[in-house]
Amino acid sequence: MSWPGEPRKMLALTMLLALGMQLLPLPVWLAIMRPAFLVLVVLYWCIAAPRAGGILVAWIAGLALDITKGAVLGQHALAVCLVAYIAISFHQRLRNQTMLQQSLFVFAMLALYEVVVWTIDGWTGHAVNSPWRWIHPMLGAALWPIVALALGRTHTAR
Amino acid sequence: MATFGSNPRSLTGRSPAYGFRFFVYAVICIVLMFYDQRGGWLESVRGAMSAIAYPLQLAVNSPSAAGRWIRSNFTDRAQLTAENEALATELRQLKLKSLRFSALERENADLRRLQEPLPPLINKTLIGEVVSVELSVLRQRLLINRGTANGVKKAQPVITADGVLGQVLRVGPWSSEIILITDAEHALPVEVLRSGLRTIAVGVGEADRLTLPYVPLNSDIREGDQLVTSGLGGVFPQGLPVATVTSAKRDPSQSLAHILATPTSRIERDRHVLFVWFTPTHPAAAGPASVESEQSVGSGTYQPLPVPRATPTTPPAASAATPRAAPDTTAPRE
Repeated sequence: MSWPGEPRKMLALTMLLALGMQLLPLPVWLAIMRPAFLVLVVLYWCIAAPRAGGILVAWIAGLALDITKGAVLGQHALAVCLVAYIAISFHQRLRNQTMLQQSLFVFAMLALYEVVVWTIDGWTGHAVNSPWRWIHPMLGAALWPIVALALGRTHTAR
Repeated sequence: MATFGSNPRSLTGRSPAYGFRFFVYAVICIVLMFYDQRGGWLESVRGAMSAIAYPLQLAVNSPSAAGRWIRSNFTDRAQLTAENEALATELRQLKLKSLRFSALERENADLRRLQEPLPPLINKTLIGEVVSVELSVLRQRLLINRGTANGVKKAQPVITADGVLGQVLRVGPWSSEIILITDAEHALPVEVLRSGLRTIAVGVGEADRLTLPYVPLNSDIREGDQLVTSGLGGVFPQGLPVATVTSAKRDPSQSLAHILATPTSRIERDRHVLFVWFTPTHPAAAGPASVESEQSVGSGTYQPLPVPRATPTTPPAASAATPRAAPDTTAPRE
Protein backbone atom coordinates (compact mmCIF):
# COMPACT_ATOMS: atom_id res chain seq x y z
CA MET A 1 0.00 0.00 0.00
CA SER A 2 2.27 2.78 -1.19
CA TRP A 3 1.13 6.01 -2.70
CA PRO A 4 3.37 7.39 -5.39
CA GLY A 5 2.73 10.89 -4.15
CA GLU A 6 4.04 10.39 -0.65
CA PRO A 7 7.50 11.85 0.04
CA ARG A 8 8.86 8.61 1.51
CA LYS A 9 12.46 9.08 0.41
CA MET A 10 12.61 12.63 1.71
CA LEU A 11 11.10 11.46 4.96
CA ALA A 12 13.76 8.79 5.44
CA LEU A 13 16.55 11.17 4.45
CA THR A 14 15.48 13.98 6.76
CA MET A 15 14.97 11.58 9.65
CA LEU A 16 18.49 10.22 9.21
CA LEU A 17 19.84 13.76 9.05
CA ALA A 18 17.97 14.70 12.23
CA LEU A 19 19.30 11.61 14.02
CA GLY A 20 22.78 12.65 12.96
CA MET A 21 22.23 16.13 14.39
CA GLN A 22 21.03 14.52 17.58
CA LEU A 23 24.31 12.58 17.83
CA LEU A 24 26.62 15.39 16.76
CA PRO A 25 29.30 15.95 19.39
CA LEU A 26 28.75 19.29 21.11
CA PRO A 27 30.36 21.07 24.04
CA VAL A 28 28.86 20.12 27.39
CA TRP A 29 26.91 23.31 27.99
CA LEU A 30 25.44 23.17 24.49
CA ALA A 31 24.65 19.46 24.47
CA ILE A 32 22.28 19.70 27.42
CA MET A 33 20.02 22.13 25.63
CA ARG A 34 20.24 20.54 22.21
CA PRO A 35 16.76 20.67 20.67
CA ALA A 36 15.14 17.31 19.96
CA PHE A 37 15.62 17.52 16.19
CA LEU A 38 14.34 14.05 15.51
CA VAL A 39 11.08 14.72 17.38
CA LEU A 40 10.67 17.99 15.48
CA VAL A 41 11.08 16.17 12.16
CA VAL A 42 8.65 13.45 13.21
CA LEU A 43 6.15 16.11 14.21
CA TYR A 44 6.57 17.84 10.85
CA TRP A 45 5.91 14.70 8.84
CA CYS A 46 2.97 13.76 11.05
CA ILE A 47 1.36 17.11 10.31
CA ALA A 48 2.39 17.51 6.66
CA ALA A 49 2.08 13.95 5.41
CA PRO A 50 0.59 11.62 8.01
CA ARG A 51 0.14 8.85 5.47
CA ALA A 52 3.80 8.85 4.47
CA GLY A 53 5.09 7.69 7.78
CA GLY A 54 2.64 7.89 10.58
CA ILE A 55 3.16 6.25 13.91
CA LEU A 56 5.43 3.49 12.60
CA VAL A 57 8.07 6.05 11.64
CA ALA A 58 7.70 7.72 15.02
CA TRP A 59 8.22 4.38 16.70
CA ILE A 60 11.35 3.62 14.68
CA ALA A 61 12.73 7.10 15.43
CA GLY A 62 12.06 6.63 19.14
CA LEU A 63 13.77 3.26 19.12
CA ALA A 64 16.79 4.78 17.38
CA LEU A 65 16.92 7.38 20.16
CA ASP A 66 16.72 4.64 22.80
CA ILE A 67 19.65 2.78 21.24
CA THR A 68 21.88 5.78 20.72
CA LYS A 69 21.12 7.38 24.08
CA GLY A 70 21.47 4.13 25.95
CA ALA A 71 18.02 4.45 27.48
CA VAL A 72 15.61 1.65 28.36
CA LEU A 73 14.33 0.21 25.08
CA GLY A 74 10.90 1.69 24.42
CA GLN A 75 11.27 4.80 26.55
CA HIS A 76 11.74 7.38 23.82
CA ALA A 77 9.73 5.19 21.42
CA LEU A 78 6.67 5.50 23.65
CA ALA A 79 7.13 9.24 24.11
CA VAL A 80 7.60 9.90 20.38
CA CYS A 81 4.63 7.65 19.47
CA LEU A 82 2.37 9.54 21.86
CA VAL A 83 3.43 12.91 20.51
CA ALA A 84 3.09 11.69 16.91
CA TYR A 85 -0.38 10.31 17.58
CA ILE A 86 -1.58 13.64 18.99
CA ALA A 87 -0.02 15.54 16.08
CA ILE A 88 -1.70 13.24 13.55
CA SER A 89 -5.04 13.60 15.27
CA PHE A 90 -4.87 17.37 14.93
CA HIS A 91 -2.96 17.58 11.65
CA GLN A 92 -5.76 19.06 9.56
CA ARG A 93 -6.47 21.79 12.06
CA LEU A 94 -2.75 22.51 12.57
CA ARG A 95 -2.10 23.01 8.86
CA ASN A 96 -4.45 25.97 8.86
CA GLN A 97 -2.89 27.65 11.84
CA THR A 98 -0.25 30.36 11.91
CA MET A 99 3.39 29.58 12.60
CA LEU A 100 3.06 31.00 16.11
CA GLN A 101 0.16 28.75 16.96
CA GLN A 102 2.01 25.78 15.53
CA SER A 103 5.05 26.69 17.60
CA LEU A 104 2.94 26.73 20.74
CA PHE A 105 1.56 23.32 19.85
CA VAL A 106 5.09 22.04 19.22
CA PHE A 107 6.19 23.42 22.58
CA ALA A 108 3.37 21.53 24.29
CA MET A 109 4.29 18.35 22.43
CA LEU A 110 8.01 18.60 23.26
CA ALA A 111 7.17 19.26 26.90
CA LEU A 112 4.85 16.23 26.92
CA TYR A 113 7.63 14.18 25.33
CA GLU A 114 10.05 15.26 28.05
CA VAL A 115 7.48 14.54 30.76
CA VAL A 116 7.02 10.99 29.48
CA VAL A 117 10.79 10.44 29.24
CA TRP A 118 11.30 11.90 32.70
CA THR A 119 8.50 9.77 34.20
CA ILE A 120 9.93 6.58 32.74
CA ASP A 121 13.37 7.67 33.95
CA GLY A 122 11.87 7.80 37.41
CA TRP A 123 10.19 4.40 37.14
CA THR A 124 13.33 2.73 35.95
CA GLY A 125 15.46 4.29 38.66
CA HIS A 126 17.34 6.86 36.61
CA ALA A 127 15.70 9.88 38.19
CA VAL A 128 17.93 12.86 37.61
CA ASN A 129 16.23 16.13 38.34
CA SER A 130 17.88 18.90 36.45
CA PRO A 131 16.16 22.11 35.43
CA TRP A 132 18.25 21.93 32.26
CA ARG A 133 16.16 19.16 30.79
CA TRP A 134 13.21 21.55 30.43
CA ILE A 135 15.18 24.02 28.28
CA HIS A 136 15.11 22.09 25.03
CA PRO A 137 11.29 22.21 24.45
CA MET A 138 11.51 26.00 24.36
CA LEU A 139 14.42 25.96 21.91
CA GLY A 140 12.65 23.34 19.83
CA ALA A 141 9.49 25.45 19.65
CA ALA A 142 11.59 28.47 18.68
CA LEU A 143 13.24 26.43 15.93
CA TRP A 144 9.93 25.09 14.61
CA PRO A 145 9.34 27.77 11.92
CA ILE A 146 12.82 27.13 10.48
CA VAL A 147 12.36 23.36 10.54
CA ALA A 148 8.89 23.59 9.01
CA LEU A 149 9.99 25.94 6.22
CA ALA A 150 13.12 23.89 5.45
CA LEU A 151 11.25 20.61 5.37
CA GLY A 152 8.41 22.20 3.40
CA ARG A 153 10.84 22.71 0.54
CA THR A 154 11.68 19.03 0.36
CA HIS A 155 8.30 17.99 -1.01
CA THR A 156 5.34 19.43 -2.85
CA ALA A 157 2.52 20.44 -0.59
CA ARG A 158 -0.56 18.38 -0.98
CA MET B 1 -9.71 12.04 -10.20
CA ALA B 2 -12.68 9.87 -9.41
CA THR B 3 -11.44 6.34 -9.26
CA PHE B 4 -13.48 3.24 -9.58
CA GLY B 5 -11.79 0.09 -8.65
CA SER B 6 -9.73 -1.42 -5.93
CA ASN B 7 -7.86 1.68 -4.80
CA PRO B 8 -8.76 1.77 -1.13
CA ARG B 9 -7.92 5.41 -0.82
CA SER B 10 -11.17 7.19 -1.54
CA LEU B 11 -11.39 10.88 -2.13
CA THR B 12 -13.16 11.41 1.15
CA GLY B 13 -9.92 10.31 2.77
CA ARG B 14 -10.67 7.26 4.80
CA SER B 15 -7.90 7.66 7.32
CA PRO B 16 -6.22 4.64 8.86
CA ALA B 17 -7.15 3.78 12.42
CA TYR B 18 -4.41 5.84 14.06
CA GLY B 19 -5.79 5.35 17.55
CA PHE B 20 -5.58 1.59 17.22
CA ARG B 21 -2.06 1.78 15.76
CA PHE B 22 -0.92 4.02 18.58
CA PHE B 23 -2.35 1.57 21.08
CA VAL B 24 -0.47 -1.33 19.49
CA TYR B 25 2.85 0.55 19.42
CA ALA B 26 2.40 1.75 22.98
CA VAL B 27 1.83 -1.82 24.16
CA ILE B 28 4.96 -2.95 22.26
CA CYS B 29 6.95 -0.14 23.92
CA ILE B 30 5.76 -1.07 27.39
CA VAL B 31 6.55 -4.76 26.83
CA LEU B 32 10.02 -3.77 25.56
CA MET B 33 10.65 -1.57 28.58
CA PHE B 34 9.52 -4.32 30.94
CA TYR B 35 11.83 -6.94 29.45
CA ASP B 36 14.74 -4.54 28.94
CA GLN B 37 14.54 -3.50 32.56
CA ARG B 38 14.61 -7.14 33.63
CA GLY B 39 17.60 -7.82 31.42
CA GLY B 40 18.11 -11.08 29.58
CA TRP B 41 17.54 -11.78 25.89
CA LEU B 42 16.88 -8.16 24.99
CA GLU B 43 20.55 -7.48 25.73
CA SER B 44 21.54 -9.30 22.54
CA VAL B 45 18.85 -7.51 20.55
CA ARG B 46 20.17 -4.21 21.82
CA GLY B 47 23.71 -5.27 20.98
CA ALA B 48 22.69 -6.03 17.39
CA MET B 49 20.83 -2.74 17.06
CA SER B 50 23.73 -0.78 18.51
CA ALA B 51 25.89 -2.38 15.82
CA ILE B 52 23.52 -0.88 13.23
CA ALA B 53 23.72 2.53 14.87
CA TYR B 54 27.50 2.41 15.27
CA PRO B 55 28.36 3.42 11.65
CA LEU B 56 26.12 6.47 12.00
CA GLN B 57 27.83 7.43 15.23
CA LEU B 58 31.20 7.01 13.56
CA ALA B 59 30.08 9.10 10.58
CA VAL B 60 28.79 11.88 12.79
CA ASN B 61 32.06 11.96 14.69
CA SER B 62 34.23 11.71 11.60
CA PRO B 63 34.67 15.49 11.10
CA SER B 64 36.30 15.94 14.50
CA ALA B 65 38.30 12.75 14.01
CA ALA B 66 39.47 14.04 10.64
CA GLY B 67 40.46 17.31 12.26
CA ARG B 68 42.54 15.50 14.84
CA TRP B 69 44.14 13.36 12.14
CA ILE B 70 45.08 16.41 10.08
CA ARG B 71 46.46 18.20 13.11
CA SER B 72 48.56 15.20 14.12
CA ASN B 73 49.88 14.87 10.56
CA PHE B 74 50.89 18.47 10.25
CA THR B 75 52.69 18.96 13.53
CA ASP B 76 56.06 20.45 12.89
CA ARG B 77 59.48 19.17 13.81
CA ALA B 78 59.99 21.45 16.83
CA GLN B 79 56.72 20.30 18.36
CA LEU B 80 57.60 16.65 17.89
CA THR B 81 61.04 17.16 19.39
CA ALA B 82 59.53 18.89 22.41
CA GLU B 83 57.05 16.08 22.86
CA ASN B 84 59.79 13.50 22.53
CA GLU B 85 61.85 15.36 25.13
CA ALA B 86 58.95 15.46 27.58
CA LEU B 87 58.25 11.76 27.12
CA ALA B 88 61.91 10.88 27.64
CA THR B 89 61.97 12.89 30.87
CA GLU B 90 58.84 11.18 32.09
CA LEU B 91 60.23 7.77 31.21
CA ARG B 92 63.43 8.47 33.13
CA GLN B 93 61.48 9.49 36.21
CA LEU B 94 59.27 6.41 36.03
CA LYS B 95 62.36 4.20 35.65
CA LEU B 96 63.86 5.79 38.73
CA LYS B 97 60.66 5.09 40.61
CA SER B 98 60.58 1.45 39.57
CA LEU B 99 64.28 0.94 40.22
CA ARG B 100 63.77 -0.59 43.64
CA PHE B 101 60.41 -2.11 42.71
CA SER B 102 61.52 -5.74 42.45
CA ALA B 103 63.43 -5.51 45.71
CA LEU B 104 60.36 -4.07 47.43
CA GLU B 105 58.21 -6.78 45.92
CA ARG B 106 60.50 -9.44 47.38
CA GLU B 107 60.46 -7.66 50.72
CA ASN B 108 56.68 -7.50 50.65
CA ALA B 109 56.47 -11.22 49.96
CA ASP B 110 58.79 -11.87 52.90
CA LEU B 111 56.66 -9.73 55.18
CA ARG B 112 53.54 -11.55 54.08
CA ARG B 113 55.40 -14.85 54.59
CA LEU B 114 54.78 -15.90 51.01
CA GLN B 115 56.97 -18.34 49.10
CA GLU B 116 57.16 -16.13 46.05
CA PRO B 117 56.13 -12.63 45.05
CA LEU B 118 52.53 -12.13 44.03
CA PRO B 119 51.60 -12.27 40.35
CA PRO B 120 50.95 -8.86 38.74
CA LEU B 121 47.51 -7.55 39.55
CA ILE B 122 46.69 -6.55 36.00
CA ASN B 123 47.18 -9.46 33.63
CA LYS B 124 45.71 -8.07 30.42
CA THR B 125 44.93 -4.65 29.06
CA LEU B 126 43.26 -3.34 25.94
CA ILE B 127 43.48 0.21 24.67
CA GLY B 128 40.30 1.72 23.31
CA GLU B 129 39.63 5.02 21.67
CA VAL B 130 36.76 7.31 22.54
CA VAL B 131 34.28 7.53 19.67
CA SER B 132 31.80 9.88 21.24
CA VAL B 133 31.40 11.61 24.55
CA GLU B 134 28.16 12.40 26.29
CA LEU B 135 28.83 14.61 29.27
CA SER B 136 25.86 16.35 30.84
CA VAL B 137 24.09 16.50 34.15
CA LEU B 138 21.84 13.73 32.90
CA ARG B 139 24.48 11.34 31.61
CA GLN B 140 28.23 10.95 31.83
CA ARG B 141 28.90 8.30 29.23
CA LEU B 142 31.50 7.42 26.64
CA LEU B 143 31.27 5.33 23.51
CA ILE B 144 34.47 3.32 22.92
CA ASN B 145 35.49 1.51 19.75
CA ARG B 146 35.95 -1.87 21.45
CA GLY B 147 33.26 -4.51 21.92
CA THR B 148 32.62 -8.21 22.39
CA ALA B 149 34.75 -8.90 19.32
CA ASN B 150 37.73 -7.69 21.40
CA GLY B 151 36.67 -9.62 24.49
CA VAL B 152 35.15 -6.70 26.38
CA LYS B 153 32.38 -7.75 28.70
CA LYS B 154 29.78 -6.05 30.83
CA ALA B 155 30.85 -4.50 34.16
CA GLN B 156 34.48 -4.48 33.09
CA PRO B 157 36.65 -1.86 34.80
CA VAL B 158 37.95 0.95 32.60
CA ILE B 159 40.89 3.08 33.76
CA THR B 160 43.29 5.64 32.44
CA ALA B 161 46.89 6.13 33.42
CA ASP B 162 45.72 8.57 36.11
CA GLY B 163 43.09 6.45 37.80
CA VAL B 164 39.66 4.89 37.66
CA LEU B 165 37.48 6.16 34.83
CA GLY B 166 34.36 3.99 34.91
CA GLN B 167 32.98 0.64 33.92
CA VAL B 168 31.37 -0.98 30.91
CA LEU B 169 27.62 -0.48 30.99
CA ARG B 170 26.56 -1.99 27.67
CA VAL B 171 28.55 -3.82 25.10
CA GLY B 172 27.90 -4.26 21.38
CA PRO B 173 29.87 -6.28 18.84
CA TRP B 174 32.34 -3.50 18.03
CA SER B 175 31.56 -0.77 20.51
CA SER B 176 30.83 -0.42 24.18
CA GLU B 177 29.24 2.18 26.38
CA ILE B 178 31.12 3.28 29.47
CA ILE B 179 29.46 4.80 32.50
CA LEU B 180 31.87 7.21 34.16
CA ILE B 181 32.29 7.33 37.93
CA THR B 182 31.04 10.93 37.74
CA ASP B 183 27.64 9.83 36.35
CA ALA B 184 24.84 10.61 38.77
CA GLU B 185 23.82 6.94 38.63
CA HIS B 186 27.21 5.57 39.56
CA ALA B 187 28.40 4.79 43.07
CA LEU B 188 31.86 3.44 43.81
CA PRO B 189 33.15 1.95 47.10
CA VAL B 190 36.31 3.84 48.05
CA GLU B 191 38.65 4.19 50.99
CA VAL B 192 40.75 7.06 52.23
CA LEU B 193 44.38 6.12 51.60
CA ARG B 194 45.64 7.91 54.73
CA SER B 195 43.17 6.70 57.33
CA GLY B 196 41.67 3.59 55.75
CA LEU B 197 38.17 4.99 56.17
CA ARG B 198 35.79 3.22 53.81
CA THR B 199 32.86 4.92 52.19
CA ILE B 200 31.09 5.37 48.85
CA ALA B 201 31.82 7.96 46.19
CA VAL B 202 28.79 9.01 44.15
CA GLY B 203 28.83 11.01 40.94
CA VAL B 204 26.83 14.18 40.57
CA GLY B 205 26.85 14.56 36.79
CA GLU B 206 29.76 16.98 36.61
CA ALA B 207 32.99 15.86 35.02
CA ASP B 208 35.20 17.20 37.81
CA ARG B 209 33.25 16.30 40.92
CA LEU B 210 32.33 13.37 43.15
CA THR B 211 30.49 13.49 46.46
CA LEU B 212 30.92 11.33 49.51
CA PRO B 213 27.42 11.48 50.97
CA TYR B 214 27.77 8.84 53.68
CA VAL B 215 30.62 10.07 55.85
CA PRO B 216 29.80 10.68 59.54
CA LEU B 217 30.78 14.07 60.98
CA ASN B 218 33.53 12.79 63.21
CA SER B 219 35.31 10.54 60.71
CA ASP B 220 38.93 11.07 59.81
CA ILE B 221 38.88 12.72 56.40
CA ARG B 222 40.22 16.09 55.35
CA GLU B 223 41.07 18.21 52.37
CA GLY B 224 43.80 16.77 50.15
CA ASP B 225 43.16 13.15 51.11
CA GLN B 226 43.68 10.57 48.39
CA LEU B 227 40.75 8.26 47.68
CA VAL B 228 41.46 4.79 46.29
CA THR B 229 39.14 1.93 45.41
CA SER B 230 38.40 -0.26 48.41
CA GLY B 231 38.06 -3.52 46.50
CA LEU B 232 34.54 -4.04 47.75
CA GLY B 233 31.81 -4.26 45.20
CA GLY B 234 33.44 -6.83 42.99
CA VAL B 235 34.38 -4.67 40.00
CA PHE B 236 37.55 -2.78 40.83
CA PRO B 237 40.49 -4.24 42.74
CA GLN B 238 41.75 -2.54 45.87
CA GLY B 239 44.07 0.43 45.67
CA LEU B 240 43.43 2.15 42.33
CA PRO B 241 43.48 5.95 42.60
CA VAL B 242 40.03 7.50 42.29
CA ALA B 243 39.94 11.08 43.48
CA THR B 244 41.36 13.76 45.73
CA VAL B 245 39.23 15.35 48.42
CA THR B 246 38.81 19.04 47.62
CA SER B 247 36.53 20.17 50.40
CA ALA B 248 35.36 18.69 53.68
CA LYS B 249 32.73 20.81 55.35
CA ARG B 250 31.22 19.86 58.67
CA ASP B 251 27.95 21.37 59.81
CA PRO B 252 27.39 20.49 63.48
CA SER B 253 23.63 20.45 62.99
CA GLN B 254 23.92 17.63 60.44
CA SER B 255 24.91 14.07 61.19
CA LEU B 256 26.88 13.62 57.97
CA ALA B 257 29.80 15.62 56.63
CA HIS B 258 29.64 17.38 53.27
CA ILE B 259 32.60 16.14 51.26
CA LEU B 260 33.53 16.80 47.64
CA ALA B 261 36.34 15.26 45.63
CA THR B 262 37.88 15.68 42.18
CA PRO B 263 38.52 12.55 40.10
CA THR B 264 42.16 11.97 39.21
CA SER B 265 41.39 10.74 35.71
CA ARG B 266 39.95 13.30 33.33
CA ILE B 267 38.56 12.30 30.00
CA GLU B 268 39.22 15.70 28.47
CA ARG B 269 42.94 15.06 28.65
CA ASP B 270 43.12 11.89 26.66
CA ARG B 271 41.15 10.12 23.99
CA HIS B 272 42.45 6.70 24.97
CA VAL B 273 41.14 4.50 27.74
CA LEU B 274 42.32 1.19 29.10
CA PHE B 275 40.15 -1.89 29.57
CA VAL B 276 41.78 -4.09 32.19
CA TRP B 277 41.55 -7.71 33.27
CA PHE B 278 42.77 -8.60 36.75
CA THR B 279 44.36 -11.73 38.14
CA PRO B 280 41.46 -13.16 40.15
CA THR B 281 43.74 -14.93 42.63
CA HIS B 282 45.56 -11.74 43.63
CA PRO B 283 44.64 -10.70 47.19
CA ALA B 284 44.00 -7.12 46.03
CA ALA B 285 41.62 -8.28 43.27
CA ALA B 286 37.96 -7.43 43.50
CA GLY B 287 36.07 -9.28 46.19
CA PRO B 288 34.02 -12.42 45.71
CA ALA B 289 30.82 -10.45 45.27
CA SER B 290 30.42 -11.84 41.78
CA VAL B 291 28.96 -9.02 39.82
CA GLU B 292 29.22 -10.99 36.60
CA SER B 293 26.90 -13.74 37.69
CA GLU B 294 24.53 -11.22 39.13
CA GLN B 295 24.57 -9.15 36.01
CA SER B 296 24.17 -12.03 33.63
CA VAL B 297 20.92 -12.77 35.39
CA GLY B 298 20.40 -9.08 34.92
CA SER B 299 19.22 -7.62 38.15
CA GLY B 300 18.42 -4.34 36.55
CA THR B 301 16.37 -3.35 39.53
CA TYR B 302 17.07 -0.09 41.22
CA GLN B 303 19.42 -0.58 44.12
CA PRO B 304 19.06 2.09 46.75
CA LEU B 305 22.27 3.22 48.34
CA PRO B 306 22.82 1.68 51.73
CA VAL B 307 22.16 4.14 54.48
CA PRO B 308 25.03 4.03 56.96
CA ARG B 309 24.20 3.41 60.52
CA ALA B 310 25.10 6.80 61.91
CA THR B 311 26.12 5.91 65.43
CA PRO B 312 28.39 8.73 66.53
CA THR B 313 29.27 6.93 69.77
CA THR B 314 31.22 4.21 67.95
CA PRO B 315 32.80 5.81 64.91
CA PRO B 316 34.96 2.84 63.83
CA ALA B 317 31.98 0.52 63.79
CA ALA B 318 29.96 3.00 61.80
CA SER B 319 32.65 3.48 59.21
CA ALA B 320 33.18 -0.25 58.93
CA ALA B 321 29.48 -0.88 58.57
CA THR B 322 29.10 1.47 55.66
CA PRO B 323 30.77 -0.57 52.95
CA ARG B 324 29.52 -3.91 54.13
CA ALA B 325 26.25 -3.30 52.39
CA ALA B 326 28.10 -1.74 49.50
CA PRO B 327 28.94 -4.55 47.05
CA ASP B 328 25.77 -4.14 45.02
CA THR B 329 26.29 -0.48 44.52
CA THR B 330 29.32 -0.72 42.29
CA ALA B 331 27.04 -2.08 39.66
CA PRO B 332 25.51 0.89 37.89
CA ARG B 333 22.16 1.44 39.37
CA GLU B 334 19.89 1.02 36.42
